[in-house]
Amino acid sequence: MSAPTTARGIAAEVRSGARRAVDVVEEHLVRIEAHEGDVHAFNLVLADAARAQAAAIDEAVAAGRPPGPLAGVPVALKDNLCTRGIPTTCSSRILEGWKPPYDATVVQRLAAAGAVFVGKTNLDEFAMGSSTENSAFGPTANPHDLSRVPGGSSGGSAAAVAAGFAPLALGSDTGGSIRQPAALCGVVGAKPTYGLVSRYGLVAFASSLDQIGPFALDVADAALLLDVLAGPDRRDSTCLAETAPSASARLGEGVDGLRIGVVRELADAEGLSAEVRGRLTEAADALSAAGAKVAEVSIPAAVYGLSAYYLIAPAEASSNLARYDGVRYGLRAGRAAGTGDDPADVSAMYTQTRSAGFGAEVKRRIMLGTYALSAGYYDAYYGKAQQVRTLMVRDFEAAYRDFDVLLAPTAPGTAFELGAKTADPLTMYLNDVCTIPSNLVGHPAMSVPFGGGSDGLPLGVQVLAPALGEAVMFQVAAALEACAPPVPVSPMRGGSR
Amino acid sequence: MATMSARITTQDVAHVAQLARLELTEEELERFTGQLAAVLEHARDVEALDTAGVAPTAHPLPLRNVLRDDIVGPSLPRAEVLAAAPSVEADRFRVPRILGEAP
Repeated sequence: MSAPTTARGIAAEVRSGARRAVDVVEEHLVRIEAHEGDVHAFNLVLADAARAQAAAIDEAVAAGRPPGPLAGVPVALKDNLCTRGIPTTCSSRILEGWKPPYDATVVQRLAAAGAVFVGKTNLDEFAMGSSTENSAFGPTANPHDLSRVPGGSSGGSAAAVAAGFAPLALGSDTGGSIRQPAALCGVVGAKPTYGLVSRYGLVAFASSLDQIGPFALDVADAALLLDVLAGPDRRDSTCLAETAPSASARLGEGVDGLRIGVVRELADAEGLSAEVRGRLTEAADALSAAGAKVAEVSIPAAVYGLSAYYLIAPAEASSNLARYDGVRYGLRAGRAAGTGDDPADVSAMYTQTRSAGFGAEVKRRIMLGTYALSAGYYDAYYGKAQQVRTLMVRDFEAAYRDFDVLLAPTAPGTAFELGAKTADPLTMYLNDVCTIPSNLVGHPAMSVPFGGGSDGLPLGVQVLAPALGEAVMFQVAAALEACAPPVPVSPMRGGSR
Repeated sequence: MATMSARITTQDVAHVAQLARLELTEEELERFTGQLAAVLEHARDVEALDTAGVAPTAHPLPLRNVLRDDIVGPSLPRAEVLAAAPSVEADRFRVPRILGEAP
């Protein structure tokens, strides 16, 4: 079995005819066949469809038609992205078997760019979670250590890239759901500026926070993928109208003269391991040695990010998930055995459908959000959280007057044991403490693998940038990647443990 | 105005569950109440913040109304959409009765 290469390498070889897309996809399907039983990265593997897509790419190459920037590159899609005629479950019983009648914009763009879809990846139900254990179809395991979680909610996508099932994957990030699993699986993961990538066809969780973004094995591949995804879309009114600056524009330019701030409140965040703090310091020192001006910076409101987020995101979720009612798609529960008769009235149908279809974490968030929005509590909870959001916007504005990018940990530690945090939701929520601020203010942020912990598992460092600062963010990320200590590689991808 | 000081009760949770059309067992009600109380307790740290006169932020972008010309375009194919529905009758979504009328 040949070692997987980067998406850039694969696309260049396929375009030139040096390698056939059907062979590339077969190599990845063989790896999936060998290890998917252990990892469970996918809710659905699209083997035959991927072979057909790859064959079409090869035909285009043979016919001299341009096959696209991602020609023949296998891509895994988080299973909350709509794929026409292909089940899209959000890892929820309530959408089990649902086949969307349309493709998400990002799916269309990837297909037009020549990508080959190998499967739909597992996630925490409706992207609510930090370990992928909240999936109705069972957890995903970390390809570095099968007893550990891959992080979440895009754990299946992160694991798929780490295991070599696909060099690229898409995730969605509402409070860290791309960056935290990227850190725990030792891959690159980026949350773009809010509005840079169309959310059309992304099943909504918290609409003012959700963004789609790339997973990749390295920074340049993540930039390439983001450039394919980004751009205006008339079908998403929150998608920015302006043309995005290329994420690849400044790769390789180094960090000489750049001003980089280490966010004090996130470096000192609750629950952070000493090892993570140590790696962050190492990263700051390495960038300083590479010519950057590194100093500490304060984002005082960041301390309140977690609290604000766990009022705002559930509030938005409680509204968004009201659509699952058993009427138009998905599960309808409560039908009589044998006759198939519906419940007696529509209210009973709603209640039985939602009670049977949603898992515990989704119910918790819906109730938390309903409570935060309910009469008498709205001002104290939701209103206050929105004011915290304003304070955070101001703090970041002030920080970016003095700094080009900011540095922070991604996750509080390395991947934890499966089951370690499922009994206590608040402990699980603390995983997101360093990633949440970027979602609340709508700025881009990404996790770059930066060595490993004493347990041999990967760690990540986070680069934050102002709105539409993707070019400088990827520039710094590439420099960080170049000076990072050796990053653990999963044995499935040829590494050793 | 309510403050965050009152701990959420099982009655509160039963009420929001009903609002959200969720049915909970007694065991779930107890468990969820404790878990939600812990999260809300953590969220109380924002109470200490002075936010007098601070405008709320509902969205990271300065949202503006997006207008476009009203151009007729293709809609989703009706058959494909209805095929995803749990129950259909005469090209419509079929649901149990909504009010207490005779069936």
